[in-house]
Amino acid sequence: MTNQRQGYTTQERAELDAIQQDRMRAYWRANVRLIRNLLIIWGFVSLGCSILFIPLLNQIKLGNLPLGFWMAQQGSIFTFVILIFVYAIQMDKLDRKYRR
Amino acid sequence: MSVEAWTTTFVIISFILYLYIGWRSRVKDSKGFFVADRGVPAIANGAATAADWMSAASFISMAGLISFMGYDGSMYLMGWTGGFVLLALLLAPYLRKFGKYTVPDFVGDRYYSVWARLVAVVAAIFVSLTYVAGQMRGVGIVFSRFLQVDISTGVIIGMIIVAFFAVLGGMKGITWTQVAQYTVLIIAYLIPAIAIALVLTGNPIPQLAFSFSDIVEKLNGVQVDLGFAEYTQPFVNKSMLDVLFITIALMVGTAGLPHVIVRFYTVPSSRAARYSAGWALLFIAILYTTAPAIASFARYNLIDSLHNKSVAEVQQLDWANKWSNTGLLGIEDKNNNGRIELTPDKENSEITIDRDIIVLSTPEVAKLAPWVVALVAAGGLAAALSTASGLLLVISSSIAHDVYYRIINPEASESQRVMVGRVMVGFAIAIAGYFGVNPPGFVAQVVAFAFGLAAASFFPVILLGIFDKRTNREGAIAGMVTGLAFTAFYIIGVKFYGMQPWFFNISPEGIGTVGMMINLIITFVVSRLTPPPPLEVQEMIAHLRSPEEDGAFLRDLGEEELD
Repeated sequence: MTNQRQGYTTQERAELDAIQQDRMRAYWRANVRLIRNLLIIWGFVSLGCSILFIPLLNQIKLGNLPLGFWMAQQGSIFTFVILIFVYAIQMDKLDRKYRR
Repeated sequence: MSVEAWTTTFVIISFILYLYIGWRSRVKDSKGFFVADRGVPAIANGAATAADWMSAASFISMAGLISFMGYDGSMYLMGWTGGFVLLALLLAPYLRKFGKYTVPDFVGDRYYSVWARLVAVVAAIFVSLTYVAGQMRGVGIVFSRFLQVDISTGVIIGMIIVAFFAVLGGMKGITWTQVAQYTVLIIAYLIPAIAIALVLTGNPIPQLAFSFSDIVEKLNGVQVDLGFAEYTQPFVNKSMLDVLFITIALMVGTAGLPHVIVRFYTVPSSRAARYSAGWALLFIAILYTTAPAIASFARYNLIDSLHNKSVAEVQQLDWANKWSNTGLLGIEDKNNNGRIELTPDKENSEITIDRDIIVLSTPEVAKLAPWVVALVAAGGLAAALSTASGLLLVISSSIAHDVYYRIINPEASESQRVMVGRVMVGFAIAIAGYFGVNPPGFVAQVVAFAFGLAAASFFPVILLGIFDKRTNREGAIAGMVTGLAFTAFYIIGVKFYGMQPWFFNISPEGIGTVGMMINLIITFVVSRLTPPPPLEVQEMIAHLRSPEEDGAFLRDLGEEELD
C-alpha cells in the first residue's frame, strides 16, 4: 500500500485517500443491499410462507403435502442453504471488484 | 453377533478413532489451542460446526418432538437452521476479520470496556454450562440404554474421552474429532431413515418419500379417525403469534450462541467463514430435512402396527416387547376389551410413547440388522460428545483468555496461557460431569434460557457493533442489561413462579424475540444520547467493513505477532 504511493505529492495522496474512502463506502453499500435482499427472501419463506400465510398456501399441494406444511418442514431449509451460498458467491464478486 | 456386542464394538472403534485424532492434533501454543491455528478449511469447519451444533437432543429427540407436534414442530426445524443465515450474512465474516479468540473479546474490544467484557463472559459461561450438562446426561443415557452400563459410569467414560482430546488438542483437537463425529452421526441417522422410507414407500430418499408418497395423507386420515387433529394442521398446540416468536427467538439465539460463533474464528479468512457457514448448514440440513420424514413415517408405522390390534398380536412384536421393557413404550389394555387403542386423551389411551423412541426404535421397527441399531448408539454418542467438547472449549477460553489473560495477567507467557486453558477445560469437564451424574431438575427448563439469553444479549450487541458505527459502550451495556433482565424475568416468572405469560400469551421459549428488540432499541437510543465511540474503535469498524483480507490492520498485528 505504501509502495504504490511513492512519488506522489501530498495533495495527490489526499485525493487518492478520498477515492479510496469512496470505494470503501460503495463496497459497504453494495454489501448491505445484498444482505437486505437475501434477508427479505429469508423472512418471506420462513416467517411468511411457513407461518403467516400458511392457511392460504395449504390450499395448494406439492406432491402429496400441503404446500405451506412442505415449506415449513422442507422448503424453507433448502432455501436457507441456497441463500448462504448465494451470499458467499456474490461477495466474492464484490471483493474482486473493490479490492485494491 | 448380538446388538450389545455390535454396540460395544462400534463404540470402542469410534472412541479409538477420536483418541487417535486427538493425539495427532495436539498443540503447544495458544493460537492452536483457542482457534486451531486458524488453518481449518471451510468445508472441514462446516462439518465440525454441524457436529458442534447438532446435540444429543437433535439426534435422539427432535424427530420424536416433531412426530408428536406435527406442523407445530416446524418451529424447531426452521429456528435451528434459519439462524445460520443470520450468522453467515450478519456476524461470522466480520467476527473472523476481527480476528481474536472469543466472543467476549469482540464485545470487550468493540465497546472498549472491561464491564462489557465481563457481562459477555458471564453470559457465555452460563449459556454453555446449561447446555453441556444436558450433553453429558445424553452420553450417560446412551450408554445405559444400549450397553446396560450404569448412567454414572457412562458419564465418566464420556468425560475421559472428551478430556483426552480437548485438553491435549484444544480447539484443534476438537475440530478434527468433530469432523469424524459428524461422519459417524450422519451415517447413523441416514441408514435407518433410508430403510424405513424404503419399507413404507418404496422410495429410498427420505425427503422425496416424505413429499411424494401418501404416508402423510394416510397419517392425516388416521389421526382424524382417532380424534386427533390432522398431522399437517397448523397451530394446534400454539397460536400463530407464539409459533412466530419462538421461531425468531430460536433463529436469533442460534446465531448468538458462543460455541457456534467461535467455530468461525478457526478458518483462514472471512471469505472462508462465509463458505464455511454454507457448508455447515448444508450438512445440518441433511439431518434436519430427514428428521420430519422419520417423524411422520415412524408415527404412522407405530399407530398402524399397534392400534386396534389384539393384545396377543402386539405381544408377538419383538420390538414392542423390548421397548415396553425399557418403559419408553407403554402398552396396557385399560378397558379390558382385548384390543389396544390409542386415543388423544392421555388418561384412557392404551398406548403411551416416549418421544425418544421415534429415532431409537426405527431400525428395529424397519427390521434392520443388529449392527444398524449399534450404529445409532455410536451416532448418538458422537452427537453428544461433539457438542459437549465445543461447549467446554467456550467455557475454558472465556476464563483462560478473557478473564485470566485479558483482565488478570496480561503479561502471561504463551505457555502459561495454554496451561491455564488446559486446566480450565479439565475443570469445566469435571463440572459438566457432576451435572451429568446429578442432573439438576431444572435442566430441561433452563434450555429456554440459553436461546433467550443469547438472543437478548450477544446477537443485538454484535450486530450493532458491526452495522452501526455510532453504537457505543454506554448503549451496549444498557441494551445488554435491559435485554437480559427482561428475558430472565419473564422466563423465571413463567417457568418457576406461575406468572401468567402476560405478553400476548407468548411462551417463555419465544420471549427472547422481545428481549432482542428491547436490547436493539435501548442500545440504539442510548448510544445516540451519549458520546460517540473513540476514533480507534471507529477505525476498527472501518477495517471490519473493508474488502481487504487480514494484515492491513495494525492493532491486529499487536497481539498475534508479539505472542
